[in-house]
Amino acid sequence: MRDRGWILGAFAVVLVLVTWPAWRAVASAPPRRPDLPRPAGATACVAPVEFMRASHMTLLVQWRDRVVRDGVRTYVDSDGRVVTMSLSGTCIGACHTDKTKFCDRCHDYAGVTPTCWNCHVVPPAVTVAGGVR
Amino acid sequence: MRPGRRVFLRVAGSAAVASAAAVALGCAASGIRRRRLGMAIDVRKCVAADGCRSCIDACHRAHNVPAIPDVRHEVKWIWKEPFERALAVEDADTITAALRGRSVTVFCNHCDNPPCVRVCPTQATWARDDGVVTVDAHRCIGCRYCVAACPYGSRSFNWVDPQPFVPSPLSPYPARTRGVVEKCNLCEERLAVGQLPACVEACPEHAMVFGDLRDPASDIRRLLAERYAIRRRPELGTRPQVYYVI
Repeated sequence: MRDRGWILGAFAVVLVLVTWPAWRAVASAPPRRPDLPRPAGATACVAPVEFMRASHMTLLVQWRDRVVRDGVRTYVDSDGRVVTMSLSGTCIGACHTDKTKFCDRCHDYAGVTPTCWNCHVVPPAVTVAGGVR
Repeated sequence: MRPGRRVFLRVAGSAAVASAAAVALGCAASGIRRRRLGMAIDVRKCVAADGCRSCIDACHRAHNVPAIPDVRHEVKWIWKEPFERALAVEDADTITAALRGRSVTVFCNHCDNPPCVRVCPTQATWARDDGVVTVDAHRCIGCRYCVAACPYGSRSFNWVDPQPFVPSPLSPYPARTRGVVEKCNLCEERLAVGQLPACVEACPEHAMVFGDLRDPASDIRRLLAERYAIRRRPELGTRPQVYYVI
């Protein structure tokens, strides 16, 4: 048991090294929330902000299934407004016109890379009348 | 007293008859009539403009179809095929003699008995109520069973990332990624907003007629009633719904 000091010491060093990122995060200032400018002219989203923040992906998946599988293209939101269910046409085309300042900023902050835009490329001029999905 | 077997059978039987009658009456009263969309191509008008690519260009532009030079990786929704290969019908030899050596426009036949739908393990491809056979790229796993099943070669697999090959400007229709199968969707996204399929609209000869095959007053039914039409490989039993008026 002559090496007890060495063993415990090394154990402590390893513990500190492994948990280092956590200590550093605690010590530094909390990360700044992404700055998401409100879309000009829009008064409300299709659902309350709290719901959209947490569950917009669920809503988009439901929209996708309704449009692609059932051929239903319009959605009545909680305020009774009728909107076309379309990610690149309605969400980005008509409201959050700059994807990089809304979708991308928050996804970067959260560290997620959704695959939606692999196919749903956002053309420069998006028109809903052209039958966008 | 417990009801006996006879009583049970009698009650269950009358309930079944009553519910079936209610469903039948409901359908008859609501007047539901499903459309069956299809296409007819006047081959003589089409070959009159040999070398014309209007329908192909319009379709491929509308759907962001990539123009990949390597034929092994080619993606196509609508294209031209030599008459003999597309529409070889043995017993129509004398009728089609004038069309030999010409090329005809071919695309997905939107079959009534689509083999691609039967083999798809994820139901990513399916036939809608109006007969349009379509692909849900979200659900496609790229197994290519449908490519093997389709006897018309109507389906293309994205072997490479197609997006660098999509000519600009992009149209609003979603592009695809590597690893999914795609094909003609009879412009269902245009039909949904009351437009004709892009190829029909673009044809300068008005050789393509689109319509409801169940409606006897539709243009397509009138054309098929007047002229002789053949389909691609009817002997396979796929019941194609694209008619070639010759």
